[in-house]
Amino acid sequence: MRCTEARAMRHLYLDAEISVADTPALEAHLRGCRACAAIFRRERELSAAIEVDMPRYAVPDLLRTRIRDRLHREGGWRLGELRFLRRGWNPAAIAASIVLAMAASSATTAIMAGAEEDRTEQEVLASHIRSLMAGHLTDVKSTDQHTVKPWFNGKLDISPPVVDLSSDGFPLVGGRLDYIDHRPVAALVYRRLHHVINVLVSAEGKNTAAAASAQTRRGYNVTRFDRGGMRFWVISDLNSNELRDFAAKLSEAARDQSGRS
Amino acid sequence: MPGDSNRARFEREILPHLDAAYNMARWLLRGSDDAQDVAQEAVLRAFKYFEGFHGENAKAWLLRIVRNSCYTWIKGRPMTESMSADEEGELAPEHERALVEAGHGMPAPDARLIEAADRRLVRDALDALPIAHREILILREIEELSYKEIAAVTDIPIGTVMSRLARARELLSQSLSGDKVTR
Repeated sequence: MRCTEARAMRHLYLDAEISVADTPALEAHLRGCRACAAIFRRERELSAAIEVDMPRYAVPDLLRTRIRDRLHREGGWRLGELRFLRRGWNPAAIAASIVLAMAASSATTAIMAGAEEDRTEQEVLASHIRSLMAGHLTDVKSTDQHTVKPWFNGKLDISPPVVDLSSDGFPLVGGRLDYIDHRPVAALVYRRLHHVINVLVSAEGKNTAAAASAQTRRGYNVTRFDRGGMRFWVISDLNSNELRDFAAKLSEAARDQSGRS
Repeated sequence: MPGDSNRARFEREILPHLDAAYNMARWLLRGSDDAQDVAQEAVLRAFKYFEGFHGENAKAWLLRIVRNSCYTWIKGRPMTESMSADEEGELAPEHERALVEAGHGMPAPDARLIEAADRRLVRDALDALPIAHREILILREIEELSYKEIAAVTDIPIGTVMSRLARARELLSQSLSGDKVTR
């Protein structure tokens, strides 16, 4: 492949729009051509910077109220009907409600059958979406696990294992506190290229290494496993193969870490 | 007047994308307070025409209306924005100046998330891009639309989406590093 072809194709690659047939040739070119690889790396970083760090403006309350009033006056809505437009709805609540609304409207009634686990998974997904909104990703931002791990001391009744997987291509970004089922959980943030991976750790896992479960929700891949009495939820828009790989490495490293301490 | 089921469908399919609509207006109008008015009118217009909408992608449909409303607003204020989507051309002088002012190295590739100061620079550089390039980056990176969806929102062929996106990234990269774009 020539550099001119690679120039056009690296954007398709970056945006996951490249065809399966073209992928190996481009990847080979990026391995072999330092110039194209450098440009690609930079564009990928820039893409990630926009995706993760640029503000997503949420509708201000006043505008929400104005739109509701206009729809009421001109569209024949009753005021109570417009639940999305109620004053005071924060983006997090909206993100969660969108997730629920989408699940409810997706005709797979089994999803809403009331399984406790399922509701938790909805909350995991809402947490992930919430974290992607500007400024919510991390409370403690560091690529050093020795900075992130102590940060959780005294904030939770568990000490989540924080492991360094950067050599595997999953650098640590930081950590934060989050809430699942009204309980505080540890959220560890990793990255793969421009994909954010959230790892939520709660205290209610089994001590044995329970079988991992994985599934896809609204385009996000979710994997769950238990380790050392803790439950791990791993969620990302990363493809399921790489996410499974990440979860396996995380599980292994977490076992090693808890073995040492 | 559209019936109840139409209203229920509108609430289910369109209103969840209200933040996306407002976000798009804010970015296209460069943070202007008028973004609220434009977003509001776009939502009302969307409701007016919603009965005729039977497509699958409500978000793209709504964003297309928001985009058109923004362009109409900008056309009424010719000094605020150059409307030409000059694909390979030179930057307008005011953009060039803004780019020079914003010129600054990006953090090393290992720094996964950028610092607040760099966030500001990226944002300024985005704001300084011509609208055709700015909107395509917003649709792709922030709203995470596919090429096909972007084509639907902006009413341009997919091939143009690809070339314009590539060009937008080059311009942004150039403005943040101060380098000349290599062709």
